[in-house]
Amino acid sequence: MAAKSIISRPVYGTLSPQAGKHHLFVADAEGALAIIGMAKNAPAGFFDGAEIVFIPGSDGKYVAALEALKPAQLHLAPSFPSLLPRLRQTLTNAHMGLRLYLSGTEGLIGQAMQVALEAGIDHTSMQTEHRGSLARRMQCVHCKGITENVTTQPASCSHCGLLLLVRDHYSRRLAAFQGVCINAEDRSEIPPMEEIFR
Amino acid sequence: MGITFRKETFRDDFTFRNSPEHIRRFPFPFHEDSYMYAVNIEPHVVGPKGSVLENLIDVDEHYVAEMQDRALVLAEDPLRCQSLPHMTLAGWDLLELLMEQQALGYPEHFTLTRDGDRWRWINRPLGIDDTFTFGDTSTLPYGPMEYITRQSQGDFCILDQRDGNLWMDAGMVTTQADWSLDFDIGMNFFEWHAPVPLAHEKGIFIRALKFLTNIQQGKPARRLNWTMTINPRLDTSPENYHKWGPDRTTVTPENVGDKVHLRVELQSFWRLPRSNGVVFPIRCYLIKMDELVTQPKWARRLHRVIRDLPEELATYKGLTRYRPTLVEWLSKLDDGSATSPGFGPD
Repeated sequence: MAAKSIISRPVYGTLSPQAGKHHLFVADAEGALAIIGMAKNAPAGFFDGAEIVFIPGSDGKYVAALEALKPAQLHLAPSFPSLLPRLRQTLTNAHMGLRLYLSGTEGLIGQAMQVALEAGIDHTSMQTEHRGSLARRMQCVHCKGITENVTTQPASCSHCGLLLLVRDHYSRRLAAFQGVCINAEDRSEIPPMEEIFR
Repeated sequence: MGITFRKETFRDDFTFRNSPEHIRRFPFPFHEDSYMYAVNIEPHVVGPKGSVLENLIDVDEHYVAEMQDRALVLAEDPLRCQSLPHMTLAGWDLLELLMEQQALGYPEHFTLTRDGDRWRWINRPLGIDDTFTFGDTSTLPYGPMEYITRQSQGDFCILDQRDGNLWMDAGMVTTQADWSLDFDIGMNFFEWHAPVPLAHEKGIFIRALKFLTNIQQGKPARRLNWTMTINPRLDTSPENYHKWGPDRTTVTPENVGDKVHLRVELQSFWRLPRSNGVVFPIRCYLIKMDELVTQPKWARRLHRVIRDLPEELATYKGLTRYRPTLVEWLSKLDDGSATSPGFGPD
């Protein structure tokens, strides 16, 4: 789990069953374990009104375990961009009483939250649980490009190539941490790159 | 007699200077020989004639040049001006406030006439004479916030108030001390201040938010903040940090007086009448060391403040690289004698 940090850095909880009419889960890879863990405390019939949208890892792990929960719908997606149109439509057509549960990597939680915010759902009403990689989505403050799956500090911007300090400062609107040039004052200073967001 | 507007630049050849009268009116931010964060908020009321507080919205000799610099920044990066969809009404509130205040304080330069919703705005320094319908965005060349803040010195953040918090939901930010509107837009008061060191632990932001959410219409408040900038550069944005950052390596004992600038922000806070938002103008004043030390009290005091500044604050303000050179230079102007209380020069 993340170390003590600044206030804008997201804090994640543990999924717990909420009162509601419809339950929408969005998860990737180990995020399935958060859903399976939560299911142990869920009242009977909870998953009858649930939809799970899941991005399995390359090994296809946890798919069978999620099927065993017998959700009303289980949709498997190969990537986040591929599930976006479906997620947008579900949220656009949602009624009062929809509860949202996001679990898995920070990138997945952040991007799903971003879409839900655009649909008018308050971020404090969403259940989140971080599982798996700590890799970060990072916005380069200089060129505005987003670099996915950043695991090092500093990190190179995949768009403009500047060497960036990956800050803890986080924007829910952009679903990204901020990257700021680490050697802007003297480009000859090149700090060592360490793998720290695993 | 009106203001004589200077022709000057805040980039490239950096011809920005303060006239002797403007040096005397500089809002020096230290009332004692040391500095630490405090909730230094006070009522924003009119101050002495000839000071930057003579009018609640100050227009000075740099007005035209600053507006030209803003136009250059926006042409390069339109994301410096953004307004979330629910903030248009607050933009009209701001347009009204700035037109009223500028026309009130500087009738020789600005005129506002109103006939119901038909408004006519004359801005002589910028050669503007527009008639429009208040509340109808299609009658202006830009949205209301962008229109009026292209004609007003300082950055402007418009904060929406809801859930007991303030949300940075609109702004015109081209003269900022290293923070990004594009990144921070949509954040609440605690989130956009998250990177500031020490102040959270001191409870500063909790108290400040309590104060700001209770600001009443017609009773604005203000505070001063400060940092330092190498060269008189208004656009010290994080977006362009890789362009202006190298300036910090260019300070030498010979050029301190010309290159190092004290950058003071006069921040004010106003309740907006229709939207119930709060507008937060951040007005930036720059003064080079050579100009500042013409006032011996300021030279002595600034030496002591910079020398004794806690390391974390010096780092956050980006002074680390040139602080020793600056302190050494200022020390020669500090004979150790006492400084009088208060901000003003002797």
